[in-house]
Amino acid sequence: MQEFDAEGGDVNAAAVTPQTLTPEQRRKQVRDEWSACLTRLAETRDKSEFARLFGYFAPRVKSYILRLGMPDATAEEVMQEAMLLVWRKAHLFNRTKASASTWIFTLARNQSIDRMRRDKVQFYELPEEEPDPEQRDMGEHSIIAERMQEAIATLPEGQAQVLHLSYYEGKSHSEIAEQLGIPLGSVKSRLRLAFSKLKAHWGEEV
Amino acid sequence: MNISHHFDDATLMAYSAGTLPEGMALLVACHLHWCPHCRDRVEVTNSVGGALLDRLEPAALDDNALDSLLARLDEPEQEFASPEHSRSEPAGDSELPAPLAQLLGAPMDELPWKRIGYGVRQIDLELKGPGAARLLRISPGVSVPHHTHGGNELTLILKGSYNDELGRFCRGDVADLDGDVEHQPLVDTDEDCICLIATDAPLKFSGLMGRLVQPFIGL
Ligand SMILES: [Zn+2]
Repeated sequence: MQEFDAEGGDVNAAAVTPQTLTPEQRRKQVRDEWSACLTRLAETRDKSEFARLFGYFAPRVKSYILRLGMPDATAEEVMQEAMLLVWRKAHLFNRTKASASTWIFTLARNQSIDRMRRDKVQFYELPEEEPDPEQRDMGEHSIIAERMQEAIATLPEGQAQVLHLSYYEGKSHSEIAEQLGIPLGSVKSRLRLAFSKLKAHWGEEV
Repeated sequence: MNISHHFDDATLMAYSAGTLPEGMALLVACHLHWCPHCRDRVEVTNSVGGALLDRLEPAALDDNALDSLLARLDEPEQEFASPEHSRSEPAGDSELPAPLAQLLGAPMDELPWKRIGYGVRQIDLELKGPGAARLLRISPGVSVPHHTHGGNELTLILKGSYNDELGRFCRGDVADLDGDVEHQPLVDTDEDCICLIATDAPLKFSGLMGRLVQPFIGL
């Protein structure tokens, strides 16, 4: 019976995979290239490798810092500090633990936090730019739709929204609860659900 | 170290996103120092930030941004270690996780503990920003009626152990509480229990002792 099945159904022929990469695989390839570049930088201390990394990451790091609510000039400074740390700490980068993007994100995050704590007044006194809450929500939704792509876009809107407010806008869970008018417990349970899905989806990247 | 109580996923996500108040971030960093399991988990929550960074629309930089940074690359390095990720030799008490040891700079027995009630002493870490962070030192057999108030509250056991409605908590364990949780930790060995407690709202005690303690804590 076993033999007959194996001969009869040509499983292998049907399972031939096309050579084209999915968008997710392509992104992984890009990430791997930057991780390799950062690893080379650590070994060679070659400034042209650093300039390449700068070209890709510096504008994104600055974009992240701007989203946390810092004025442009401060964001530029903090970006410079974060990128200087990339140069100085490159030897601590371990690509089996994190991608270059993740590692640089954590450096940029820590620099931003340090700056916010030092310049607390400046940070908290920033004026709110969007007074209309309805418009604000629509803006967030369109950003989610545009940029979070694939993995994050597969999350239900409520989960993607809390993820966005937390990571992109630096809002605490309590602030998110207040802004969305939902209990703190709901913010957390949405994040937990998002996390368990992303964990499965991004398993390979970690 | 045999750790059996860990953080909620949501707490690690807030840590990765950089949105925890200073004291809570310190407490998470301390537990991570001791807990390989949560270090693995935080790699996942950090990678959410990395993936978001990849998806961000690049911002315009100053015209000479790259050149001015290239000019700085050969500057001598100064002190730039952040306590959160530093792995250097801890100053002070080697029984403490490095981030806390560096902050305190002295062994725990030499710290200026303030008595705030029968068998309970504390040190307010007096960090800036929202929330509060303190060390609490509770004598054997003492029970501290305690009530979280709406916000989030993290407790990391540094020494000794306690028992409450939620289980037994030993060195390295964290209690990650939110909402309105009423619990009554009881120190269940003959050793002082020392914990780091960090909140994003003022800490409140309830019950008879709470009423006695509250004015002294000054909240
Ligand atoms: Zn843990």
